[in-house]
Amino acid sequence: MSAEVFSVFYQFADVFAFLILSAAGLAIVFGMMGVINMAHGEFIMCGAYVTVGLVNLGVPLPIAQIAAAITAGLIGVVVEYLIVRRFYKRPLDSLLATWGLSLIVTQSMLLIVGSSVRGIGTPEGSFAIGAYTFSSYRLVLFAAAVAVLVGLYIVFMKTRFGVIARATMQNAAMARALGARTGRIYAISFGIGAGLAGLCGALYAPTMTLIPTMGATFVVESFVTVVIGGANVLLGTAPAALLLAAIRMTLNASYGQIIGQIGMLVAVILIIRVLPEGLSSVLVRRGR
Amino acid sequence: MIKLLEGPQTLGRGPVFWSCFLAVLAGALIYPLFADSYDVGNFSYFLIWIFMALGLCLMWGYGGMLSFGQTLFFGIAGYAYGVLAINMGGGTTTIAALLLSVVIAMIAAGILGYFMIWGGINGIFFGIVTLSATLVLAFFLGQTAGPEWHIGDARLNGFNGMKGMDPLAIGSVYIEGSALYYVMVALIVIVYLALRMLVNSGIGNVIVATRENPQRAEMLGYDVRKYQLLTFVLGSGLAGLSGALYTSWGQFITPSSIGLPAAAMPIVWVAFSGRSDLTATLVGSFLLLFGFQTITVYSQQAALVLMGALLLATVMAAPQGFVLGIGKFVADRLTGRGKRGEADLSAASTLKTDEA
Repeated sequence: MSAEVFSVFYQFADVFAFLILSAAGLAIVFGMMGVINMAHGEFIMCGAYVTVGLVNLGVPLPIAQIAAAITAGLIGVVVEYLIVRRFYKRPLDSLLATWGLSLIVTQSMLLIVGSSVRGIGTPEGSFAIGAYTFSSYRLVLFAAAVAVLVGLYIVFMKTRFGVIARATMQNAAMARALGARTGRIYAISFGIGAGLAGLCGALYAPTMTLIPTMGATFVVESFVTVVIGGANVLLGTAPAALLLAAIRMTLNASYGQIIGQIGMLVAVILIIRVLPEGLSSVLVRRGR
Repeated sequence: MIKLLEGPQTLGRGPVFWSCFLAVLAGALIYPLFADSYDVGNFSYFLIWIFMALGLCLMWGYGGMLSFGQTLFFGIAGYAYGVLAINMGGGTTTIAALLLSVVIAMIAAGILGYFMIWGGINGIFFGIVTLSATLVLAFFLGQTAGPEWHIGDARLNGFNGMKGMDPLAIGSVYIEGSALYYVMVALIVIVYLALRMLVNSGIGNVIVATRENPQRAEMLGYDVRKYQLLTFVLGSGLAGLSGALYTSWGQFITPSSIGLPAAAMPIVWVAFSGRSDLTATLVGSFLLLFGFQTITVYSQQAALVLMGALLLATVMAAPQGFVLGIGKFVADRLTGRGKRGEADLSAASTLKTDEA
């Protein structure tokens, strides 16, 4: 019996980790600047390629993954400086600009790297409970997702940077008047967002086929999680991922992956009819 | 009715503009007499996509709703045409299949639009929800390989796409080659003029008012949601028309015409051309399609990189669109308003940019 219970938890954890890891970077950027980064998938792709490249050079996997996340974060800061910062007052144009960037990056990668890169296998290791065997790496992913949530909580709630960042999020003009360098806060936040996207790619790199268009695999999940989470990402993202993971896992188990994805999308469309501002709006109202 | 062809919502008026319009139309009509049939076929191919661009122009430029779902409805109607044409048999019924598939796309747009518009989704979220739906459809169709995925006699065939449907036909005569080209030209003229009338009519003014300020339009007594839904259904229906014509033109359709990067193409055409005017969109989209096709022959990736770069350059340098900017400049020179008109325009456009 406990094997069945654990199996359900395991499947849930798998979907939850995927949602959190793919959405966290996008959610931070959206929450701070109101910008949806359409090149999010390309930062994920970047993280995956750097990881695989380093591992093929002989670097141990965990170090390669951390290096990949940092690389993506640094590229994010550059992209923010060159492109995104011009569009904070024009959020719709930021969508187009980053989409243009996404097209350029994906297709250039196809031209330069080609479609096939030697991948790395999923780290070995499995354990058995009752009659079922589980892959350990999936639990590593779940642990990473929880660590990302805890880490974001600590950074945004317990550090000086977090206080200034939340002030900027609430009222940028006032924060500026009080001496916060909002430009720098935005750049760092975008870097964190891109770094988290890179981390997502780095963590999933061993489990996936490496192609330049792999970012698209994560895009739908990250979009819907952010839409359901709403404007206050610190409050909304985790509950949104919990809700969507529950829906998706149930459908996955009975009908397979693609019906799970369709069902999740339908659920999202139904939910926005009732809660267009997402779960965080409800939670904020409750909190008052 | 005829008066509505000109108005505050569309650029281009007076004898000069309409003479140009007729000259271009006449050129388009005599073109097949001089060109070989391969080129005529290629031109028909460019014209297929114009409907989708005009639809997006209506939604985004006039209605202020940035839909990333044009290829969603393109795909729905494209696949619907395939399924209907295969199951209902060829001949004249293909015309019915074409009309029905557009209606199916419009119904789908109505359902999705209802949930988004009545839910109050706006701006950025409107874009990413429509794009999510588009990508999910593409993923779904991509995994429908295998004989168990069929609708009637029509096999969906997964990533390789559906094929084997008849092209448009009247009786036993297929509409192809020059005939198809003339059908396309006629449809574009009808759709273009009808859209001009629509946006200059009372309904069009409410659509534009909603774009400018939804609250104000609502306070003036209009149920803006109904107008937004109408705009969304019409714009998506035009994407559906493109999809059905595309399937009929090539007798195949694949999921890759729905997913990324295809979904970005209408956005590039309309943004580059100038979303706020139908004529600019018509001209710009045609030029971009022509250029894209020319480069694609050598390298599809390079053509897509160029499209991405154009999109980035447009939003950074000319957020109102390049073709529109050039068109306004030329029009000012022609009408002799000269420097003053330009100054007013640039002032107006900076104002708009700031608001957006």
